[in-house]
Amino acid sequence: MYLRINWLMKQTFRLAGFLLVYLSPSAWAKPGDRWEMNLSPGVTELGQEVYDLHMIILWICVAIAVVVFGIMGYVLVAHRKSSGRTPATFDESTKVEIAWTIVPTLILIAMVVPATQTMIKIYDTSEADLDIMITGYQWKWKYEYIDKEGGENFSYMSIMSTPQAQIDNLEPKGENYLLEVDEPLVIPVNKKARFLLTAADVIHAWWVPALSVKKDAIPGFVNEAWTLPTEIGTYRGQCAELCGKDHGFMPIVVNVVSEEDYAVWLASKKNASKVDLSVKSKDELMASGQSLYEKNCAACHMANGAGIPGVFPALKDSPIALGDVNEHINIVVNGTPGTAMAAYGAQLKPDVLAAIITYERNAWGNATGDSVQASDITNFNQ
Amino acid sequence: MQEKKPEKSTTKTIPYLIVLVVAMFGFGFLLVPLYDVLCDLAGINGKVDLVAYEKDSDVIVSDRTVNIQFISLNNNGMPWIFKPMHTSVKAHPGQDYNTSFYASNPTEKAMTAQAVPSITPGYAAKYFHKIECFCFDQQELEAGKEEEMGLRFVVDAEIPDSIHTITLTYTLFDVTADESVASLN
Amino acid sequence: MSEHHGPAKGIKRWLFATNHKDIGTMYLWFSFAMFFVGGFFAMVIRAELFQPGLQLVDPQFFNQMTTMHGLVMVFGAIMPAFVGLANWMIPMMIGAPDMALPRMNNLSFWLLPVAVTLLISTFFMEGGAPAFGWTFYAPLSTTYAPPSTTFFIFAVHILGASSIMGSINILATIINLRAPGMTYMKMPMFVWTWAITAFLLIAAMPVLAGAVTMMLMDIHFGTSFFSAAGGGDPVLFQHVFWFFGHPEVYIIILPAFGVISEIIPTFSRKPLFGYSSMVYATASIAFLSFIVWAHHMYTTGMPLAGELYFMYATMLIAIPTGVKVFNWIATMFGGALTFEAPMLFSVATVFLFSLGGFTGLMLAIAPIDFAYQESYFVVAHFHYTMVAGAIFSMTAAVYYWLPKWTGRMYNETLAKTQFWIAFVGFNLTFFPQHFVGLAGMPRRTPDYALQFADFNMMSSIGSFIYGFAQLFLLYIIIQTIRSGKENADEKTWEGANGLEWTLASPAPFHTFSTPPTVK
Repeated sequence: MYLRINWLMKQTFRLAGFLLVYLSPSAWAKPGDRWEMNLSPGVTELGQEVYDLHMIILWICVAIAVVVFGIMGYVLVAHRKSSGRTPATFDESTKVEIAWTIVPTLILIAMVVPATQTMIKIYDTSEADLDIMITGYQWKWKYEYIDKEGGENFSYMSIMSTPQAQIDNLEPKGENYLLEVDEPLVIPVNKKARFLLTAADVIHAWWVPALSVKKDAIPGFVNEAWTLPTEIGTYRGQCAELCGKDHGFMPIVVNVVSEEDYAVWLASKKNASKVDLSVKSKDELMASGQSLYEKNCAACHMANGAGIPGVFPALKDSPIALGDVNEHINIVVNGTPGTAMAAYGAQLKPDVLAAIITYERNAWGNATGDSVQASDITNFNQ
Repeated sequence: MQEKKPEKSTTKTIPYLIVLVVAMFGFGFLLVPLYDVLCDLAGINGKVDLVAYEKDSDVIVSDRTVNIQFISLNNNGMPWIFKPMHTSVKAHPGQDYNTSFYASNPTEKAMTAQAVPSITPGYAAKYFHKIECFCFDQQELEAGKEEEMGLRFVVDAEIPDSIHTITLTYTLFDVTADESVASLN
Repeated sequence: MSEHHGPAKGIKRWLFATNHKDIGTMYLWFSFAMFFVGGFFAMVIRAELFQPGLQLVDPQFFNQMTTMHGLVMVFGAIMPAFVGLANWMIPMMIGAPDMALPRMNNLSFWLLPVAVTLLISTFFMEGGAPAFGWTFYAPLSTTYAPPSTTFFIFAVHILGASSIMGSINILATIINLRAPGMTYMKMPMFVWTWAITAFLLIAAMPVLAGAVTMMLMDIHFGTSFFSAAGGGDPVLFQHVFWFFGHPEVYIIILPAFGVISEIIPTFSRKPLFGYSSMVYATASIAFLSFIVWAHHMYTTGMPLAGELYFMYATMLIAIPTGVKVFNWIATMFGGALTFEAPMLFSVATVFLFSLGGFTGLMLAIAPIDFAYQESYFVVAHFHYTMVAGAIFSMTAAVYYWLPKWTGRMYNETLAKTQFWIAFVGFNLTFFPQHFVGLAGMPRRTPDYALQFADFNMMSSIGSFIYGFAQLFLLYIIIQTIRSGKENADEKTWEGANGLEWTLASPAPFHTFSTPPTVK
């Protein structure tokens, strides 16, 4: 922890500016912007229903609050000792006590009816047009499109694309700071999508407010949720269950597209899963390796390869990155059981792994001079 | 003098309270089997029995099919290649079906795996019966070996009409005896 | 504090203390110290969240902060504070000479510093302190936890043992040491709420002990209570945890209700309205707290029937809680009110806790909870109940009984100023969190999207103000002890009732050597 004087100065100015903005009435308008202070109905019928229910309950609470606090406020003002009163001595009234037990009960019963109806709808995952398996990883999401006709499923990882420099305040923050990913989930508009949610390590939760979906992703168990978006657009969400260090950095982006666009996207996505097995120079591997490392590995091992002592091991000067190349490949491909080190052979393509391993063996002063090719990885797998 | 009486009754109160403490500690552990019973009854989390089902009727509902989807998933750190041989089966309720999952161990050491099944929707779990399943036991594979692991199941003839699709997901966990733990003990 | 004959001299007085007032004093100072430790963690959290981006701490350390803030506040600050209050006040309120089990009382206090030292020491261990939230959901707290988790588990065990011993002591005292004529239905409300709280503790803390024991076995002995690979279930952890955790929130709030029920009649100069309905309401809240736990788990994929059951049962709690709030207002109704600092804090508790109650009702409704779950709306909700409920009423209790404890009167002007600073700071901190929560900001993240920036900055500023208010409270208390106006009046407050106000101020070292007779 450290404090910097210029940072404090900057905050002081920011605070002054903030107070100016805060006091100007124009700042209070526009929904969806930084002054948003309520739930949004989102782009689904279910979301609208949840929103309506929320507003009904909210207004009932406000009404009760006005009555109760109104009486309380009146008492606080009118029954002050300074108004020269002698206190009353009553300390019970069966009639009143029965009334204020029964009236809330009736209000609660009135709330229960619509709540139960909406609840049943949330649980109705039947008749879905497409099924998508969502798996939470520390700290990314995998989307697997399940082929309804019994063909091959295809899947890909979705990782936050906000650069570390923006998080560290070294660059100005972009419009969708922390809410942008490399590969969004794509679903067609006006189709019911069923999500099957699970996790490969700890518990995560998949939350996209505009689609009215929030459900826990639990390792070993599969949960269900669904959405039926009625508007084309890009909708953003985040992981909603504390899942370790980068819980705040595994956003969700969903592109809802027209049915035609979806078909085009689907076809191109299925083709794109080919592996590039061509031999590359060490410089090429290092160049692509650096960005791939930062995207896939730096969350734990850090961009400078130093890891986090006691939690995540360092790669800089490590016996593995400097030792036998096959052992290095083995750990990356097969993981280390009982630790957070996943088996990346199941997550990343061989050409990606090759670049990353080459980078790890030559960056931060790890001068092994090795270059690992995609074919080394595929050979290793055999 | 008057302190005598309360002292005595205090010694009577304490044992009751201590029994309550011990009982509640036990109750915490009792929640474990209790939870399993409740899961069986209600199909919480699509938990399914890990024991073989014995058929008690021969009724086959041949005018109806339920789509059974099979999904595989590797838990973190599990390097095996693990895939369903068929991603879906259209099943008549009451009829037995055989399918299998492919597994191979690409590492240089023998490994043991446990597949954990989960059924969605959860309330469908009680209508999906496994007669034989590789998930009943731990699966061992030598280095570099592969295997087809069998599953024999039947969909209950009593399955409600509202269920059209049942998704069966297996998550494969690495349960190879951990050497670091073993050396500690 | 009392300089009469009786107490041993120097450090021995405290190390071997068996006097309920000495032990109560130690509990109160200890919890106050922990309140500042937990508060410091909160300040780190709010400073980091002052604006988007990472400025002060890294995400792992941030998670350690949120985890330790919760643990220290719940187990180190709020619970011991009310145990301290119980130690000081219950014998005086029921006309007992001391607590029933003075030596166990000593042990249950001295376990606390041991446990907290163990907990804080995890910061200096390899891998750092626990970073999995105060709810420590498996498998993040088992397979994926830092090595310090074992120490955390032992700390929880010791804290639990301390609470259980404290509760046994309190119950034994209430059951056996009441003065002649002090029937159950004549006991002050604070004593009643503590009797029920003690039962909750005795029933709930062992379940927590069971949960952490299962964690320990999963981590070190190869069992699979919470791991799917061995036939266990991570969701089971949540069920066991919340079976403890939901009674726990009432363990925190019921003594606070008791305090409010003592103070409001005093400053209304009118007896507590609906005494017996208050007792029944408290008991039914306690009972309901054991059958609603899974409302913390609506999004875990329970079957529909479970969701509906837990929703209905949870909504029922609104009825007895409503009864309590109505009773307090009816107590004030027709009274002759004055607004000294204890009353200000009590009225604020009624008002702000009710707001937390409304959001609690909203959260109880399962279909809309899907939208609120794990968002800042939840953070706002439970701080309105925990801080405005427990901390505000605790502050009220300190001002209310400080003259009795020390024989000196606090400075009313400073105390009222402190109230308004705390009130503004608290609301500025937590009210905007409702908004960011509804707008979609998840909790427990060290950084956030730009749209949440302004409300978060407000929140941070509010928290600094609220933090300052607590330093100010510390100053007022020290000033009262050292140089406050002498308060020789037994009754202190015009409208005060109850046995504690028949004792000299400051209260003598030995309370009622001869039991008083209650009419």
